[in-house]
Amino acid sequence: MPTSPHLQIWRWHITMAASIFTRATGVALYVGLFVVVAWAASLAAGPDSYDLFMGLMASWLGKLVLFGLTVSIFYHLAAGLRHLAFDSGVGFEPKTANMTAVACMAFAVVATAVVWVLAFAVGAI
Amino acid sequence: MDASNNYRTPLSRVRGLGSAKEGAHRFISERATGIALVPLSLWAVYAVIQVAPVGYEGAITLLQSPLNAVMASLLIFVSCVHMEAGMRVIIEDYIHKPASKIGLLLLNAGVCWLGGALGVFSILKVALLGVGA
Repeated sequence: MPTSPHLQIWRWHITMAASIFTRATGVALYVGLFVVVAWAASLAAGPDSYDLFMGLMASWLGKLVLFGLTVSIFYHLAAGLRHLAFDSGVGFEPKTANMTAVACMAFAVVATAVVWVLAFAVGAI
Repeated sequence: MDASNNYRTPLSRVRGLGSAKEGAHRFISERATGIALVPLSLWAVYAVIQVAPVGYEGAITLLQSPLNAVMASLLIFVSCVHMEAGMRVIIEDYIHKPASKIGLLLLNAGVCWLGGALGVFSILKVALLGVGA
């Protein structure tokens, strides 16, 4: 049993969410790397398997996965830089930590929107 | 102080007494690969948009550019090192039963290295041999 106040005891706050999202998006990108490997392997295996893979990715479910991976890339990237600052001892004041947490989430949303609009505009979707 | 310690230097007395006794290189490697993945993952987003509409032949052509082949190989290799480190920390945080922990750590390393090898091999095969090889 935990000897200090556990998850259920704490009020939900933004830095806690930022921390959980960092780990969750990391796990999502772990899976995402295998999507990249599947892409490369299907390309190496020949046109039939490549068309099958790209067909899967173009489906509704495939697009959902790619959208989730886009959010994860941008969130995890921003959160990683935030943690590099933490590692060097910078950014722990509650006000700063709250602000950078919001900034990471906002960056992920905006960058994902920009990339998907851009991808749609150049006919990649 | 105990007599056997009288002639030891302060460094020799503390060496090896850290909490985990090793592991600084893991901390550094996770961060160094993280920094490398900033440009690599941004390139990946750009590359996916480029490769999505061009089909099989177009994808082969893109990977036959040395820059794309090197970036794709690096992306896969560095990602595997980084994600092996990240997942290792998650397993060490949540799984405390020694047998399960060791099993999951081995599985994690195996999956990451297998994925990395398959990915880089596939990229190089396409880059070097092209269509229908």
